[in-house]
Amino acid sequence: MPEISRDEVAHLATLARIDLSDAELDHLAPQLSVILESVASINGVAGDDVPPTSHAIPLTNVFREDVVVPGLTAEEALSGAPAVEEQRFSVPRILGEEA
Amino acid sequence: MSDLTRRTAATLAEDLASGATTSVALTEAHLDRIDDVDTDVHAFLHVDRDGALAEAAESDARRARGEARGPLDGVPVAVKDVLATRGLPTTCGSRILEGWVPPYDATVVTRLRAAGLPILGKTNMDEFAMGSSTEHSAYGPTHNPWDLDRIPGGSGGGSAAAVAAFEAPLAIGTDTGGSIRQPGAVTGTVGVKPTYGGVSRYGLVALANSLDQAGPVTRTVLDAAMLHDVIGGHDPRDSTSIQQDWPSFTDAARAGSAGDMSGVKVGVVTELAGEGWQPGVMARFDESVELLVKAGAEVVEVSCPSFVHALAAYYLILPAEASSNLAKFDAMRYGLRVTPEGDPSAEDVMRATRDAGFGDEVKRRIILGTYALSSGYYDAYYGQAQKIRTLISRDFDAAFGDVDVLVSPTAPTTAFRLGEKLDDPMAMYLNDLATIPANLAGVPGISVPNGLADEDGLPSGFQVLAPALADDRVYRVGAALEALHLEQWGAPLLDKAPALEGPAR
Repeated sequence: MPEISRDEVAHLATLARIDLSDAELDHLAPQLSVILESVASINGVAGDDVPPTSHAIPLTNVFREDVVVPGLTAEEALSGAPAVEEQRFSVPRILGEEA
Repeated sequence: MSDLTRRTAATLAEDLASGATTSVALTEAHLDRIDDVDTDVHAFLHVDRDGALAEAAESDARRARGEARGPLDGVPVAVKDVLATRGLPTTCGSRILEGWVPPYDATVVTRLRAAGLPILGKTNMDEFAMGSSTEHSAYGPTHNPWDLDRIPGGSGGGSAAAVAAFEAPLAIGTDTGGSIRQPGAVTGTVGVKPTYGGVSRYGLVALANSLDQAGPVTRTVLDAAMLHDVIGGHDPRDSTSIQQDWPSFTDAARAGSAGDMSGVKVGVVTELAGEGWQPGVMARFDESVELLVKAGAEVVEVSCPSFVHALAAYYLILPAEASSNLAKFDAMRYGLRVTPEGDPSAEDVMRATRDAGFGDEVKRRIILGTYALSSGYYDAYYGQAQKIRTLISRDFDAAFGDVDVLVSPTAPTTAFRLGEKLDDPMAMYLNDLATIPANLAGVPGISVPNGLADEDGLPSGFQVLAPALADDRVYRVGAALEALHLEQWGAPLLDKAPALEGPAR
């Protein structure tokens, strides 16, 4: 039976870049275990001979003519930005303190 | 209540064509209805009174010049808040997008505008379309017009409640695991999930991109077909959009409304019944099947053995895709940015923002998806789920080799009480038991209202599934069943819903 520990949830939250509080970890970890137990029922249902499906309707790659079409203006692209500087997205420092 | 809001979109189209009404008059009637009842129903997150009336005035002017763009020119529509609308807020029911105004339109919205449909506003939904009750909206739940203490289904509870409460004649929904069809079932309205790729996903904020599909939310099958004809078809901006000419779904619905089912072979799915299915829902389902038999259909039972694994496969594939899709909400280019104390790095800002901006269900699914995709678990979970997907497609192929359409109840129960399943994710997930297989296999499906359950007097839905690309069949059979029930009832089911008098009552 798969069990997902509180520590594991904390690790996954780090991977997913979500700062979960202790209270959230207490709340979510048991729920995730219940969900995982339920979905684990599919283990072994499909054998090695069954190919995986990523998209139900078969797809082929799509190309288009190399023609310029209008896109967003810089102002439009920046219109939802939390911070803007010199017509660019302004972001917090991207390197860690130890760097 | 204004008579205009009670009419079907098809009737309103005739009224506009004959000059019996104007787009301004009927858009205003719906906006007034929203003012009257939406405090109680909360179907809308944003109402665009001025924009809708301006578009209506333009429609009237066009029509006066003899330049109407199609039958629905001037008939107003509500749009689920997961589709980008230029100049109108688009939140996906999430705090992380609060106040975001997209600089572009989704293709579905472009087509609505091109066909002249005034946009009334944006409808409420579970956050990022994750849920079956609209309770996971960061802006509060939508209430079921049949009983305001109950859920309207989800994730598109806002769109379904808007048409059920006569706040809009037409609405757009999106269906990833049942988010159009299940709300349709529990609100006594019609919802269609088209074939995957039948309607463009450009500008639809992705939940699980291999499953998402936009479609019509309406009160009648004909209205759904007319709306589908407007929004459907190939879009070069969506590389998964199907390149083919589609037949007129309006014609298919009109043909079906004669109620003749002779020559149609219908398969009842064995696995979508039994334990956990509400007796009143099953009773209505059996009656509907009887009606189809009386109308000439040949009905057989069909087993789709892999359907019992659909729910589990879905709750691995969906979180996996969602965890990847939602990575783009990183507080850098748009949306919420929460800056912690001190000298935080971009990563600190991301972590704080995603904690503050996402609700519980979104966090659950992102973490579940991250787990399912992590090394060591990938083959056991995500890989296995993708194989189940193959088995489910094979079940559909085998079934459709024998029958023209498959049928089941749309949802196992009628609308439950708000709050009842909010903190029990698995109980919530079970609502989508019957709708999920269609998303995994990409096939089209419709939910048609088929009566009220005896134990609670709440609506149930009848689901019709057809092979991929054969969307016309769901309209034909759906319209036939609707006509047969209407003959039986003498009036539309929604006539039995309580009148909502709004704050003045």
